[in-house]
Amino acid sequence: MEELKSRHIVTLDYEKCKGCVTCMKRCPTEAIRVRDGKASVLYDRCIGCGECVRLCPHNAKIPSYDRFEIINDYKYKIALPAPSLYGQFNNLDDVNYVLSGLKKLGFDDIYEVGKGAELNSLVAQILLGRGNLKKPIISTACPVIQELISIRFSNLKENILPLLAPVDIAAKLARERAIRRGIKPSDIGVFFISPCPAKVFALKTGMNVSSPSVDGVLAVSDIYMRLLGEMKKIEYPENLSRMGVLGLQWASSGGEAAGVNRSKYLAADGIENVISILEAIENDTLLDIEFVELNACNGGCVGGVLNVENPYVAKARIRQLRIKFPQISSSLAETGKSLDFYSFEKSSEEVDANALDEDRGAAFKKLLEIQKMLATLPQNDCGRCGAPSCKAFCEDVVMGRVAADAKCPCINEK
Amino acid sequence: MDAIHLEYDVDGKNFVSAGSATESVKAQLKGLGINPADVRRVAIAMYEGEINMVIHANGGKAMVDIFMDKVIVKLIDTGKGIPDIEQAMKPGFSTADEDVRNLGFGAGMGLPNMKKYADECIIESEVGKGTTVTLITNFS
Repeated sequence: MEELKSRHIVTLDYEKCKGCVTCMKRCPTEAIRVRDGKASVLYDRCIGCGECVRLCPHNAKIPSYDRFEIINDYKYKIALPAPSLYGQFNNLDDVNYVLSGLKKLGFDDIYEVGKGAELNSLVAQILLGRGNLKKPIISTACPVIQELISIRFSNLKENILPLLAPVDIAAKLARERAIRRGIKPSDIGVFFISPCPAKVFALKTGMNVSSPSVDGVLAVSDIYMRLLGEMKKIEYPENLSRMGVLGLQWASSGGEAAGVNRSKYLAADGIENVISILEAIENDTLLDIEFVELNACNGGCVGGVLNVENPYVAKARIRQLRIKFPQISSSLAETGKSLDFYSFEKSSEEVDANALDEDRGAAFKKLLEIQKMLATLPQNDCGRCGAPSCKAFCEDVVMGRVAADAKCPCINEK
Repeated sequence: MDAIHLEYDVDGKNFVSAGSATESVKAQLKGLGINPADVRRVAIAMYEGEINMVIHANGGKAMVDIFMDKVIVKLIDTGKGIPDIEQAMKPGFSTADEDVRNLGFGAGMGLPNMKKYADECIIESEVGKGTTVTLITNFS
C-alpha cells in the first residue's frame, strides 16, 4: 500500500493553479495560503473536508486516492462499496447490477459497507441504551469531524461515540470471511470504494484502528466509467446484496442518526453548519439532544467530492431504492462478535493546531503582537497578501510563516 | 505585561449572530493554549451574557481583557436595568417575553449559569440606565 503519513489528502496541479483565492477564502480552518501565485496547504490544520477540491474553478486541487490497478497486487480482491455508490446510477432498480459489475471488474468478493453501517447502528443502540455515554454523543463516522474535534474542539473529545466507522467494520469482517474460506492472508487485498478523500486519509493512517483495515482506497469517480461498462453487459445479476434500509440510509445526512432509534437527535451537514453545531455544544447551548450526526459534506456522504453525481440527485435515487431493500438484514448474533470488536482500538492523537506557542507566556506575547499589528491593517480580508484574512496575515508574520517585514499590499499602495 | 484587549458590538434582537463575540474570544483563548476546560467555562458564561444583552437590553458592548492568568469579560448595556438583582440570580426566574421563550431562550438560567461557570460574577445595574456584568475566570 502506498504510504500516506501526513495529511496530504490533496495535492496541487501547479500548471492549473491560477493563484485565485477561492480555496483560500473558503477553507473552514484557514489552512490555505496563496504564495508566489500558487495555493499551498498548512497540512497540520487541514481536516480533509474536500472544500478546496469542490470549489477550485480550475480543477487544480487533486484529491488523493489509489490507482485502480493496485488491486492486481493481490490474488484475492475484496471490494467494499459505500452505500452512497448506489446513488450514482441512473435508472438503477437493482443494486446487484453494481455489485455484479464490481465482480466483473476483477473483485473476488464484495462486502457492502452498508452492512458494516447496520452493525454500527445496532451496537450504537446498545451503547445509548446503557446511558453512560457523555451527551450529546457525537458520531464520527465522517472522519473530518474527528479531525475537526481534535484540532479545534478538544473539549468535545469525550462526546465522541467510540465506534469504528462502517468501512472498518466491513473490512475486518470481509478479511475474516476470506481467511475462513482458506485464502492465505497475504493474498487478500481489501479495497474501499470511497466517496471522499477524507476517508482515504483516515483509512491509510488507520484512524481509530491499531493497523489500517484496508489495503487501498479507490475513488468512485475513478472506477465509475469502467464499472458502468461492465454493468451494461450483465443480463442477470448475481444476488450479492446483503444489507437493509438501516445501512442504505447512511448514504445521506440523517440516516445514521435515524438508525440509533432515539427521538432526540440532530443531523447537520455541510462543514460550516457542522462547525456552528460544535460551537453550540461547546457553549453548552444544545439542550435536550442525545445524539448528533455530523457530516462535512452537503447532504452527507452522497456529497463527497469523489462521487460523480449531484448529492441531491443521488439522495433522491437512494430514497427510491429503499423499497427494494429489507428494513434490517443484519444482526449482532450473525457475526458473534463482542462489542469490543466494533469499538475504537486506540485513542486519537492530540494535535493542537491552535496554540501559538507551547509556552503560555510566549503565546501571550505573540497574541499581543498579532492584535497590535491587526489594528494597523484595513481588516478588509481581501486576501491579496496571500492569507485568508488580515488576522491570518498577522499570525503568519508572528509565527514566521512569512518574512517578518512582509507588508500588506493595500497599505503599501496608499 | 499589557492585557490583550478585545471589543465587540453585540447586536440587539439578533439571535442568529448572538454568540459571535464568544466564539471570537474562544478562538483567542485556544490560541494561547489555555486549558480547554477553562475555555469552555469562559464560553458558557460569556454566551449567556451575550444572549441576555440581546434579549433584555437591545444589545450592548462586550469588552474583554485577557491576562496571563485570567480573563475579564465586561458586558455593558444601556438597557432597562435589573430592579432586584438577588431575585434575578435565582434559577428559573425570568422576565423574558413569550416570543423569546418560544425561541428556546429565557429559561431563567442566564445569570445563575454565569455565576456557576465564572470564578467571579459582578453585576452592577441601575434601573433605566443599564447593566454591566463583569465575569472573571482564572486559568488553571
